Amino acid sequence: MRAAALHLLTGLALAAGAALAAPATDTAADPALEARVNEVAAELRCLVCQNQSLADSHAPLAIDLKNQVREQLQAGHSAQEVVDYMTARYGDFVRYRPAWQAKTLLLWCGPLLLVLAGVALLWRALARQQRTQAAEPALDADAAARADRLLDATGP
Amino acid sequence: MTRATLRRFLPLGLFLGLALMLGVGLTLKPREVPSPFIGKPAPAFTLPRLDDPARQLTPGALQGQVWVLNIWASWCAPCREEHPVLVSAAKAQQVPIVGMNYKDDPRNAQEWLLRLGDPYQVSLVDRDGRAAIDYGVYGVPETFVIDKAGVVRFKHIGPLTAEVWQRDLLPLIQRLKG
Repeated sequence: MRAAALHLLTGLALAAGAALAAPATDTAADPALEARVNEVAAELRCLVCQNQSLADSHAPLAIDLKNQVREQLQAGHSAQEVVDYMTARYGDFVRYRPAWQAKTLLLWCGPLLLVLAGVALLWRALARQQRTQAAEPALDADAAARADRLLDATGP
Repeated sequence: MTRATLRRFLPLGLFLGLALMLGVGLTLKPREVPSPFIGKPAPAFTLPRLDDPARQLTPGALQGQVWVLNIWASWCAPCREEHPVLVSAAKAQQVPIVGMNYKDDPRNAQEWLLRLGDPYQVSLVDRDGRAAIDYGVYGVPETFVIDKAGVVRFKHIGPLTAEVWQRDLLPLIQRLKG
């Protein structure tokens, strides 16, 4: 009798565990789709926590938007169409990787321009140093001999 | 100006330039993402009314008048902050205000309106938040001004204050009406 009750309890516990696990198996049902959802969500910015992508964010709006991404991909829309859908609603800012446009040119090229400017400055400084070194009069024999004497005098 | 003085003041010039850029940066509000809907037709929706879910409303029904769309929720603290501003605007009959109740329990929404006053000509229920997503809403409260032709003319993100209403919304509404 006690053994039967124990079995019943174990069975119930297992059933409860399975019920709790149900939502997780739902998303795992189609791992390929889920991978695509995450791929697209990583390209979209979470508007609530702006320095996170939709894929990384757990804000309620991010979850809603991720569900929209999933639905649209399921309906056969391309990743580009999903990004366009979000851009139409939230503007270019929703793109986690800014688009290559006239107004983002400085954003994309700025770092490169700074590096180039730095290299140019370094180049000029080095060239000037070389010029001044070349312009310095060479040491004549007398001066060299004097320098040797001075160095010897300070030795141990 | 000689080369030497130029060279001497170059670091100061660079510093001032940088300070100016950073100073301007401080005045920007990165949380207020500009809406792509300004100057574009208000997105369509068909939503049930809060007072009578059997009846629905579309923005087309408001064509021909200037109106304000306010997206709010009873769980949202800043909405409570802006609520008196809406109530006083409604009392002054400045403009019809349509409320979109965002991801809320309709019972809580109704109780809120009973308790704090109902500034809305119509209250709509956006239970799953999809209509709000179509409007690019990312944080309640948000407020749109829509003109007679059904074009979005202005969006305010965050709670309305009496000052914002007087300075930004009211003059625009009056101009659009005129």
